[in-house]
Amino acid sequence: MVKNQEKSMAGDLSVSLCGVRLQNPVVPASGCFGFGYEMSEYYDIDMLGSISFKGTTRDQRFGNPLPRIAECPSGMINSVGLQNPGIDVVIERELPKLKAVFHQPIIANISGFSIDEYVECCEKIDRQEQVEIIELNVSCPNVHGGGMSFGTSCDSISEVVKAVKQVARKPLFVKLTPNVTDIVSIGRSAVEAGADGLCLINTLLGMRIDIMTRRPVVANRMGGFSGPAVFPVAVRMVWQVANACGVPVIGCGGVSTAKDVIEMMMAGATAVEVGAANLVNPYACKEIIETLPVEMKKLGISSLSEIIGAAK
Amino acid sequence: MNLNLRNDYTIIANRQLTYKTWVMTLRGDTGAITSPGQFVNIAIPGKYLRRPISICDYSHERGEITLLYDTVGEGTEAMSRMKPGDVLDMLNGLGNGFTTVGDFCRPLLLGGGIGCAPLLGLARALKREGKNPVAILGYNTAADSFGMDRWFQEIGVEAYIATVDGSVGTKGFVTDVIREKGIEGDYFQACGPMPMLKALCANLDIPGELSLESRMGCGFGACMGCALTTTEGPKRICKDGPVFGKEVIIW
Repeated sequence: MVKNQEKSMAGDLSVSLCGVRLQNPVVPASGCFGFGYEMSEYYDIDMLGSISFKGTTRDQRFGNPLPRIAECPSGMINSVGLQNPGIDVVIERELPKLKAVFHQPIIANISGFSIDEYVECCEKIDRQEQVEIIELNVSCPNVHGGGMSFGTSCDSISEVVKAVKQVARKPLFVKLTPNVTDIVSIGRSAVEAGADGLCLINTLLGMRIDIMTRRPVVANRMGGFSGPAVFPVAVRMVWQVANACGVPVIGCGGVSTAKDVIEMMMAGATAVEVGAANLVNPYACKEIIETLPVEMKKLGISSLSEIIGAAK
Repeated sequence: MNLNLRNDYTIIANRQLTYKTWVMTLRGDTGAITSPGQFVNIAIPGKYLRRPISICDYSHERGEITLLYDTVGEGTEAMSRMKPGDVLDMLNGLGNGFTTVGDFCRPLLLGGGIGCAPLLGLARALKREGKNPVAILGYNTAADSFGMDRWFQEIGVEAYIATVDGSVGTKGFVTDVIREKGIEGDYFQACGPMPMLKALCANLDIPGELSLESRMGCGFGACMGCALTTTEGPKRICKDGPVFGKEVIIW
């Protein structure tokens, strides 16, 4: 009797994102976990729900000049600028290395500078086995003329989503930027254009100035602000979008603990991405996954999927 | 077998050496350290990002790590206020470190300012490999120097000092010491400011390697915050470096 009770209290961590089953909702966010396999040196990454790999573009990109990183209160600014080896090299070299050590569904984060580029990359990545979700990054604040510029107007997000939906057979999640006046209208436009789900939030555009040198700390002057400081903004936007848009949401932004994961799910997230926390603690996702059952037990949660959108 | 990078370390000493340079000794798990020239990444209470500091010296037998650091900002200033008995959360054994085995006998260990730090552990490791290193330490002025040459001499390694203003040691740069003393080496291993490293690569016609410094995000290769374009393509200073062969650097 006691044993059965214990068993039932172990809790069910699994969630389903547009029919893709994740063993738990914890997903390292794009850009904070490399292409994933590098982290398998430190722990068994097969315990993760999924991995959203480093944002990939059609062509190789070195990214922005150094310094790219700035310290902030409860967070950080990055201006990496989508450094990646390009879609073909990712498919030939990086994806096989990830598949060798990771046997869960993979989320492919795709970015671009033109609609054609998004379409070409999505078409190629859509054919890859084990890539079960495409995450369309229309929200990178660190590149000019691409990334975020697609995600800041209803018309342009609609145009890019419609084009990609022509070639993507796998569920398409659109990653939204918080740097907009009304995130709900942007989310709605993406869904009306065919997005199967939404992921939010990408980083907030921020800036630090070195008061000794009187110059911006990062070479690109501005960058994306992330970390625990942005968590309340992320929870608010996830709650608004999840309640208004009627599609599954991947919550992201400042998540650092198992309690944050639970809060984000109560706001309406089906899965939760962990970003900056991985950079200060390489074991962050492992510790969150190991702590989730403990927190669930304390809160009387038997199945995580039950709490999605619980906060009304 | 997964690598355990993150551990707690107890400060056993934290002593001021100059107006800006401190030496901290910590006790804890040194298992992740595989080469001299690797670095630790220290969680500073109240700061979000860790602070990367090169390992000056280490002993697996005693489970001790020595760090030399300059107080250059809020993070290192906070470190200078820490006391013996305080516990630090550190990622250890990060980066590739210097080469200690290879086809060379007389490596020149060339340091600039706080860049002299990792050369001590390197000298010790090179001696273990039967090499005969010589250390040349460059500073701006006597006030920056704290007699680190004696630390090398204590482990049986010849060491010299150069200062730009000549207030201690040879007047000029480490290359002036090499010329003045007629020091011959068949390899060089250097750590210091970029202009110094650039000058060394231009002036020394022996093979060598350089340890680079960078503002970092993670320190273990996940974020691309410290990327470098090399002749072999993009590299991460924290993970593929911080030590690079001089031939791969694009100046």
